[in-house]
Amino acid sequence: MSAGLHRKGISTAHSVVEPTSLSKRVAMIVVVLYAVITLVPLLWIALTSIKSPPDSISYPPKVLFEPSIEGYCNLFTTRSRQTEEYIKSLPPAVDACDRAARRNSMVVVSRSNYLPRFLNSLIIAFGSTLLSVSLGVMAAYAFSRFKVPGKDDLMFFILSTRMMPPIAVAIPIYLMYRELGLSDTKLGMILLYSAVNVSLAVWLLKGFIDEIPREYEEAAMVDGYTRLQAFRKVVLPQATTGIVATAIFCLIFAWNEYAFAVLLTSGDAQTAPPFIPIIIGEGGQDWPAVAAGTMLFLIPILVFTVLLRKHLLRGITFGAVRK
Amino acid sequence: MSPPSIVISAAQATPAPLATRMRGLSDRAIAWLFIAPTMLLLLAINIFPLIWTVRLSFTNFRANRPNAEVISVGIDHYVSILTDPDVWGPMQATAHFLFWTITLQTLIGFTLAYLIDRKFRGHGFWTTLILIPMMLSPAVVGNFWAFIYQPQIGLFNYVVSFATGIPPSSFEMLGSVKLAPWSIIIVDTWMWTPYVMLICLAGLRSIPDYIYEAAEVDRASSWRQFWSITLPMVLPFIMLAVLFRGIENFKMFDLVNLLTNGGPGSTTEVVSITLKREAFEKWRTGYSSALAIILFVAVFGLANIYVKALNAVKNR
Repeated sequence: MSAGLHRKGISTAHSVVEPTSLSKRVAMIVVVLYAVITLVPLLWIALTSIKSPPDSISYPPKVLFEPSIEGYCNLFTTRSRQTEEYIKSLPPAVDACDRAARRNSMVVVSRSNYLPRFLNSLIIAFGSTLLSVSLGVMAAYAFSRFKVPGKDDLMFFILSTRMMPPIAVAIPIYLMYRELGLSDTKLGMILLYSAVNVSLAVWLLKGFIDEIPREYEEAAMVDGYTRLQAFRKVVLPQATTGIVATAIFCLIFAWNEYAFAVLLTSGDAQTAPPFIPIIIGEGGQDWPAVAAGTMLFLIPILVFTVLLRKHLLRGITFGAVRK
Repeated sequence: MSPPSIVISAAQATPAPLATRMRGLSDRAIAWLFIAPTMLLLLAINIFPLIWTVRLSFTNFRANRPNAEVISVGIDHYVSILTDPDVWGPMQATAHFLFWTITLQTLIGFTLAYLIDRKFRGHGFWTTLILIPMMLSPAVVGNFWAFIYQPQIGLFNYVVSFATGIPPSSFEMLGSVKLAPWSIIIVDTWMWTPYVMLICLAGLRSIPDYIYEAAEVDRASSWRQFWSITLPMVLPFIMLAVLFRGIENFKMFDLVNLLTNGGPGSTTEVVSITLKREAFEKWRTGYSSALAIILFVAVFGLANIYVKALNAVKNR
């Protein structure tokens, strides 16, 4: 990218344009207020996940309550209602979830589908990230270093595949996968998410590789490396930060994706996002369990967001804006 | 390229390093070898299905009756979509959603970026906190908003009633024709304002201080500085953010599907929801393919404008 967007070196600190302390204070109050308000829904998810089901639907909404593990228990188990006599005839409860269920005249029957769905999310997210970043780094290197005829058109073509509405693509994919036996398979979802993510990977990685001076490889090649060796031993190590940042963006996309998942998977390959909204308890949605599932699903992303802070801007603009 | 004989003699004449290099693949071959896998994947998963969609859009095919006879219907689907007044409902719902989300996100996002650029103590920490919603799964979080919007037991109505005195059970965000579109706009704005903010912040930070210093020397008022320096210089960034949000929200599916599923009635039925209903509920595959192609063309047009704007920003 041209030098247009980052002119860091030129500006001088503590110039006449330094904001006044009053304006700083006002700015801080407004920003902090916004941050606090924006986090309330997330806090509410966290609170709901440790409420008992009756507390979660009380009016007015309870801010103070006795914490309960029922949400997390219900997330991982399925239960059935039994008579008091039957429950009394059972051997003593083995764990806290068992005890919590028996207090409500329920018995833990089996494990729920949450864990398998969560694992599907992990496998599909990591699988598609590996594939799209591997393909992306090669294509990005070629676009960055070689004269490829029609380069701009190819790059635009790659980007444009990402602009298609998922629902529109889902119709033929659904038909194609049915023919190929890829319906509701992890492989099918990995290929699909890779195809969606490879555009992001190529665009981001091209930016990162553009920033590595060509002289490094040229020096290596003068020393006897072939082009491929130079790519492997000089460019890839130099691009590590960029590759990691790109990989995290691909992971987050695949992790969060919902439209394809809800339309194309139903069992074996279903990921967590289409599953969490359909967690139901007796007489409607079990909101503490939904909140618990949501919390566990969001925590990895919170960690990644903090790790990605510096590259966030680049990732969300396909490398158009860098800092 | 030099004639082969000269290459060979050169390789023999020079010491090992250059000879090794000659034995490696040519740059041209590597370029194609590196690009081909990506292209193949995109052709298989994007282009081939797209061509299939085009073909289907001229037939009466139904995916739930794969063995029924497929009859070509020509351009009937296109004609009926483009002349059907009912199609304007989803288009209007989409336009309403697009207009308000983009307006709100741009206004709030720019204001926040402008305030954060005052560089008060701890601004980095607060910025990171503000960014969190945009990284989360719209489906998973959107689903939870449906709970927050419940009348009586939900937090939203309670907070509104606390602030305004309106009884919390007197209105239903998701169930009322008037409020349902706004319930989606609120969640989308909550999620994506940080996105616009981050891009605006980059724009503000790209303005070199010496321009403001020169303006100070010329005694330009801060109002004047804002209108003649800050805003014009951030504008390309705002445009970029708007285009990105425009394309993304044109495709909006997750939030609407989980919050209202197009209801009540079809008040919040954006085009993605229409497409889902036609394709996966009514199984009118041919008709929905035609609708999908029309959307492709629209998004492709947007994408073209977007890339031009992108280049304008880059080459500034």
